[in-house]
Amino acid sequence: MYDVIIIGAGVAGSASARELSRYKVNACVLEKEEDVCCGTSKANSAIVHAGYDAANGSLMAKLNVRGNEMMEQLSKDLDFPFKRIGSLVVCLNEEDMPGLQALYDRGVANGVKELQILNREQILEMEPNISDNVYAALYAPTAGIVCPFGLNIAMAENACENGVEFRFNTEVQNIRKIDGGWALDTNNGVYETKYVVNAAGVYADKFHNMVSEKKIHITPRRGDYCLLDKKTGKHVSRTIFALPTKFGKGVLVTPTIHGNLLVGPTAIDVDDKEGTNTTRDGLGQVISKAGLTVKNLPMRQVITSFAGLRAHEDGHEFLIGELEDAKGFVDCAGIESPGLTSCPAIGEMVADILAEKMNLEKKDDFISTRKGILDPNTLSKEERAELIKKNPAYGNIICRCEMITEGEIIDAIRRPLGARSLDGVKRRTRAGMGRCQAGFCSPRTMEILARECGVSMSDITKSGGDSRLVVGTNKDTL
Amino acid sequence: MKSYDIVIIGGGPAGLAAAVSAKESGIDSILILERDKELGGILNQCIHNGFGLHTFKEELTGPEYAQRFITQVEDLKIEYCLHTMVMDISPQKVVTAMNREEGMFEIQAKAVILAMGCRERSRGALNIPGYRPAGIYSAGTAQRLVNMEGLMPGREVVILGSGDIGLIMARRMTFEGAKVKVVAELMPYSGGLKRNIVQCLDDYGIPLKLSHTVVDIKGKKRVEGVTLAEVDEKGRPIPGTEEFYSCDTLLLSVGLIPENELSGDMGVEMSPVTSGPVVNESLETNIEGVFACGNVLHVHDLVDFVSEEAAAAGKNAAAYVKGTRTEEGGREITLDPTDGVRYTVPATVNTARMDDILTVRFRVGGVYKNCYVSAYFDDERVIHKKRQIVAPGEMEEIRLTKEQLAEYPDLKTITVKIEEA
Repeated sequence: MYDVIIIGAGVAGSASARELSRYKVNACVLEKEEDVCCGTSKANSAIVHAGYDAANGSLMAKLNVRGNEMMEQLSKDLDFPFKRIGSLVVCLNEEDMPGLQALYDRGVANGVKELQILNREQILEMEPNISDNVYAALYAPTAGIVCPFGLNIAMAENACENGVEFRFNTEVQNIRKIDGGWALDTNNGVYETKYVVNAAGVYADKFHNMVSEKKIHITPRRGDYCLLDKKTGKHVSRTIFALPTKFGKGVLVTPTIHGNLLVGPTAIDVDDKEGTNTTRDGLGQVISKAGLTVKNLPMRQVITSFAGLRAHEDGHEFLIGELEDAKGFVDCAGIESPGLTSCPAIGEMVADILAEKMNLEKKDDFISTRKGILDPNTLSKEERAELIKKNPAYGNIICRCEMITEGEIIDAIRRPLGARSLDGVKRRTRAGMGRCQAGFCSPRTMEILARECGVSMSDITKSGGDSRLVVGTNKDTL
Repeated sequence: MKSYDIVIIGGGPAGLAAAVSAKESGIDSILILERDKELGGILNQCIHNGFGLHTFKEELTGPEYAQRFITQVEDLKIEYCLHTMVMDISPQKVVTAMNREEGMFEIQAKAVILAMGCRERSRGALNIPGYRPAGIYSAGTAQRLVNMEGLMPGREVVILGSGDIGLIMARRMTFEGAKVKVVAELMPYSGGLKRNIVQCLDDYGIPLKLSHTVVDIKGKKRVEGVTLAEVDEKGRPIPGTEEFYSCDTLLLSVGLIPENELSGDMGVEMSPVTSGPVVNESLETNIEGVFACGNVLHVHDLVDFVSEEAAAAGKNAAAYVKGTRTEEGGREITLDPTDGVRYTVPATVNTARMDDILTVRFRVGGVYKNCYVSAYFDDERVIHKKRQIVAPGEMEEIRLTKEQLAEYPDLKTITVKIEEA
């Protein structure tokens, strides 16, 4: 019997696992997909919010501000990309000023530092491409951007290194109360545990409602995004939000940590918890709204579009804690924006709860740091030459758009919780994430995966399960 | 730092023909840098025939066509590096490249010939809505899997875009046992060669739906089907015309984009129409001694024209290195594409430096029947060529002669246009 089973290897589950791994505990993460970071955590705005959005006094507000504060040190400890670039919430009319002021006041009450209200001239100095209609803005220098894959993978790898087990392709189907804990029925057998952490994203209501009479309800709220070519990454230097008005919520325009420009999201409630399909209407909304805050957006430079699902709980609040009517079952539910920002603090809170309940003792040998996949572009020419001499795979470019080498891809496959699919390699190395969208590197990455994993090309998938990339050999049906 | 007279970026058909021509023009110090494991570029996966009708007066497969040039490169003892990616070219023509054996290294070139070819437009560039499952391939990626690895990307195929690679792949997938259900084309005309529509679709009963596009992709892990819809004259789907096709594969053949990241970074002036460098009669860019040819310059329909153009670039680069270019007495004439002509390569002509006969290549923006390709020397119509049909999928050309231009000493602009009969 495990001490703790965490359902879900997204940012909330992985952060919980990582913080929990500071203690002497026998823990396991069950994930229905083939990799970490496959749900909400992989498709979002990748923003580290300052913390002025959430209602004062809410758990969301508290964990947002705390998560933001923790992010910088965590990014150094676990070696993932994060940058404090600041954000602007812009309004278009003088009559929207009370709304902007309210946001400022809430931010101050929430403990957000360095907030400032800027006039049009001040904004223009910072962001020359701001729309001609912009009147004023709330400037939050503490906001930032992060690589959501990098963050999620780093926390999971570190947890793994500190002894937490991860079981992929393992879907929890039922949860039963047993003596001294819980039995989790999965497609891969039964797992028994003293404590359960329900970090199942859009599915968290399903598991909660299996064990509790106090039902919760999560709506998958879809957000469509367009990602633009790196050529456009400097169009704005900060995250630009639109102040929500009676005419609705705008979309954000932001540079990404890797230098692309991201525009979105929509907010469309859907029924399907796997409904990550973009729609013509959704993408149309993104394109039409983006121009409200930023001018001359080069929307012809879109390289891909995608959609993610927010796990929107009816009460719009993080639900974190042991259930009153189901002892030993700890919710980590309703984790929607600012969930990515808050995840370090969420992990800390979950681990604190469990440590107290179980009287856990801290480990002496906790490994607090982790080294990410080496990016040769960060090396000097001499260092790079030395690296290639030692390992020639770093001299072989596989993804020409992002200039990713075979060495990086091999590292992504061989490291703990290594990539097993094309998307797994992509999230870890960016191979296939560039302007040709994997047209060039797919067959090459498939070859490396097949070789490294000792399987055939036809076993390689895009994202696990039935997502095989090739279905047979020439003329095999003739 | 190693140095060469001419460094050629890319060992595909353009790079090979440029190298051979430069060597034959008297330059010995030539280096071809190729990122793949062999010379020949994209021709290596084009195993169908139809190449070389103009150049060799016979029908060759892609690899055979490439081999003719590779053999010349070998015979002429032209140096090349395989598995070598060029990372950067400075405006001073220092080429930074990388491979497994030598690591990162720099080469000083006297002249550079850009011959990097092109890449395929992706789904993202079209913003096609739907899921993002396995089974969506650009036609060229599928071609590589099938023709070079012997692997089938799918069994039931819908193809979006009627570019030549898509048409060729419709036939290839059929040969290899797949069922190609339909080819959809957004435009009211095909973007491919007429002969490919006949030989790759008509002969196999594969329907071509013009003015149609994909409006949804179904399938979370692997493609399960796509929805096509008819589009209006602005390319917007017409509600009510949706039609679902079950399939496990969607191939995209929706255009090619010259691959000019290196050119752009070194400061080469680019044409927004071709996405390739703006060049003069010598196929030289705005940076002196930097030449461009093949699909990196503008996307060609036939490789024969690539070879011809690249040979000119090689010869011109050789003249630049040897210092034998005519430096004086020339006038600069601007070519002005208009009325259906989208661009011209070259964009300008120096009357002293041009060859006796200069081929000007271009593409048209629509289908024109019974029309004329005309060139006006300032206000005077000098060329008036009757054409039964011109279409965006096929390159057009006019020829200018030195002799002819000499008769117009005050000529400033040559306007190239389509005139309807």
